[in-house]
Amino acid sequence: MPQIFPRGANLVPLKIVLVLAVLGSAVPAAMWYYWTPKYTKIGYQPAQPVPFSHKIHAGQLGIDCRYCHSFVDSAAHSNIPTAQVCMNCHSQVQRDNPKLEPVRRAFATGEAIQWVQIHKTPDHAYFNHAVHINRGVSCVSCHGRVDQMDEVYQAESFAMKFCLDCHRAPENGLRPLDKVTDLGWTPPTKSSELAALLGTTPEKLKLKPDATLSPANAQKIMGNHFKDLRGVHPPDSNCAGCHR
Amino acid sequence: MASETIIQSEDGVVRLHTPPELAKIPLVNHDRSFHWITENVSSICEEKTRKWWWLAFLFFCPIALLVPTLLSYQVANGVGVWGENAPFGWAWDITNFVFWIGIGHAGTLISAILFLTRQKWRTSINRSAEAMTLFAVMCAALYPGFHVGRFWKAWYLFPIPNWNGLWQNYRSPLLWDVFAVSTYFTVSVLFWYVGLIPDLAMMRDRAKSKIKQWAYGIFALGWRGGNRHWQHYEMAYLILAGLSTPLVLSVHSIVSFDFATSIVPGWHTTIFPPYFVAGAIFGGFAMVLTLMLPARLIYPQIDDMMTRNHVDKMAKIILLTGSIVGYAYLMELFVALVYAGNFYEYNAFYNRTTGWYSWHYIAMMTCNVVAPQIFWSKKMRHNYIVVFGICQLVNAGMWYERFVIIGTTLGQDFLPSSWGHYTPSWVEVLTFVGTFGFFVTAFLFFMRFLPMICAFEVKAVKPEADPHFHPQDDGHHAKPAEAAIH
Repeated sequence: MPQIFPRGANLVPLKIVLVLAVLGSAVPAAMWYYWTPKYTKIGYQPAQPVPFSHKIHAGQLGIDCRYCHSFVDSAAHSNIPTAQVCMNCHSQVQRDNPKLEPVRRAFATGEAIQWVQIHKTPDHAYFNHAVHINRGVSCVSCHGRVDQMDEVYQAESFAMKFCLDCHRAPENGLRPLDKVTDLGWTPPTKSSELAALLGTTPEKLKLKPDATLSPANAQKIMGNHFKDLRGVHPPDSNCAGCHR
Repeated sequence: MASETIIQSEDGVVRLHTPPELAKIPLVNHDRSFHWITENVSSICEEKTRKWWWLAFLFFCPIALLVPTLLSYQVANGVGVWGENAPFGWAWDITNFVFWIGIGHAGTLISAILFLTRQKWRTSINRSAEAMTLFAVMCAALYPGFHVGRFWKAWYLFPIPNWNGLWQNYRSPLLWDVFAVSTYFTVSVLFWYVGLIPDLAMMRDRAKSKIKQWAYGIFALGWRGGNRHWQHYEMAYLILAGLSTPLVLSVHSIVSFDFATSIVPGWHTTIFPPYFVAGAIFGGFAMVLTLMLPARLIYPQIDDMMTRNHVDKMAKIILLTGSIVGYAYLMELFVALVYAGNFYEYNAFYNRTTGWYSWHYIAMMTCNVVAPQIFWSKKMRHNYIVVFGICQLVNAGMWYERFVIIGTTLGQDFLPSSWGHYTPSWVEVLTFVGTFGFFVTAFLFFMRFLPMICAFEVKAVKPEADPHFHPQDDGHHAKPAEAAIH
């Protein structure tokens, strides 16, 4: 009986496996790159109408976040400052800087500066800034080291997993209330200093008095302390906690 | 063997004599030759398409098209176009799911359990029963997927890591269901396909046109029928049979957990797993016969391979499993009404048997328990019209059983203030009708394009396949008188 398939058919299974392997990695990679939502896009840095440098203001000058974002600890939404807030200083400082022209114009006309929003959560997710700030979740947890950014970019992926990772283990994000806006702050790693910070003794924390902790461990011990102290029970499996 | 006596006939030849009533019923009638089997199995795919096939196709294919049409309608308009609403979170959708998944069980039972227990009569029916299993599982799988409402989110059923940080709830029997059914489908496909390979090679070697040679040839995977091929084949088939056997029992047990692990009276019973499995095999065999009897009518050439004997044996299995199911029904009633002393359990069964849906219960009892008892009579088991009729009653009865379990329980549970009636919407009625269309259409394609009888296995159960076989009176056993002379 003559052969049905040509000689090259022997290689077909190998070719199929190769093609499937290439497609199997290329398709997920392409979907990952092109189809993931934009709010998960780390590094998103749109051009702003004013090249405002957080590095100078929050970093070098040490202005507290809440000087400009003044409702962040009392409202669900964290406000963008108005031109009046800028002019508190800039009516005296850098009065003729051409980069500040849109600010002076907004101050004069009352029309808001058209800042471009960077950090977005989907409409169906309810996020309350004040609740997080008042329980001791630092700005840096979601926004990164804004005090080191010349122009702000998105530092973390705002996918639901990012929220849940913290909601399921909130001790990794809690710190003293007066350190919430101190973006570079980390807990002391000496057990005696950590205990002093928490108003207790190393023995009560089940630590040796002279021990040195890893930064992650120090954060965990401190976070667990504040979790119990402040009664932090974030929604972790109840959908309606955030999707109201 | 005790049933055989050695006698010496007048001509002095020593023969094994078996009394006629104890003789084995041949599995292939009319002592057909190997060649006859090859010709008649493959002729179904090779001959010109018969007129009745087109008639059946033209009837069932439009019905099958109802499925994609109405599911699109459901997806476009939302799950509300089905009749489910509180208190009926489940109704026809899950009823139909359990109905179809149950039907699939006969295929695996025939192909795996009867294989391991060396029931040789399975050979001529196993492939069509397995094909039926696959189509039934496809019909079933559609329901949980679309029942969730947002079909495009149905991939959340599987543990795929995702950026939403969501993971499956492994404590939920509904998730066990996903794994049970998908495992079942995968193993069934493999089992069916591996069993097809030698026959696909037969079809390839007989094919005249290039397209057919390629089509069968690709799927025959280069089978040449060598010793090594057969050795590997037999081992693979045995392993798959071993894998499938626990699935026959596990899949419907897990389906029953959907109900049994809840705390709803009428569902929360330990009897459910065995009772569901028996019911599944019962309903499955009824569906095998529902497809097989018309197929025999249409293709008389398979009559000598799917014999009266096969129908008789399947009718006996229906009788057995139907009686097990009947025992389970009565035991449920006994426990609920007499033994348990639980008010809610009592109430659930009181309402089930006398309440709004009592006629469903009566239909279930009549079709599933009373009707198959007719199979005690051999005469009835051999009357194809009676067998076909009873099988239809069983098909209907098994559907009623699932609706009785789901509907009556949800309609009247703990709180009378939240009781409610259920009416299916036209969408779900027509979707269900459509699944039958799909089921039969798929089976028609199977009959037309694949050898529906496992030719090489049927050859293997013929007496000639035995290495010690020889025709009667061929002088193999020498006459004693002659032996004495030489």
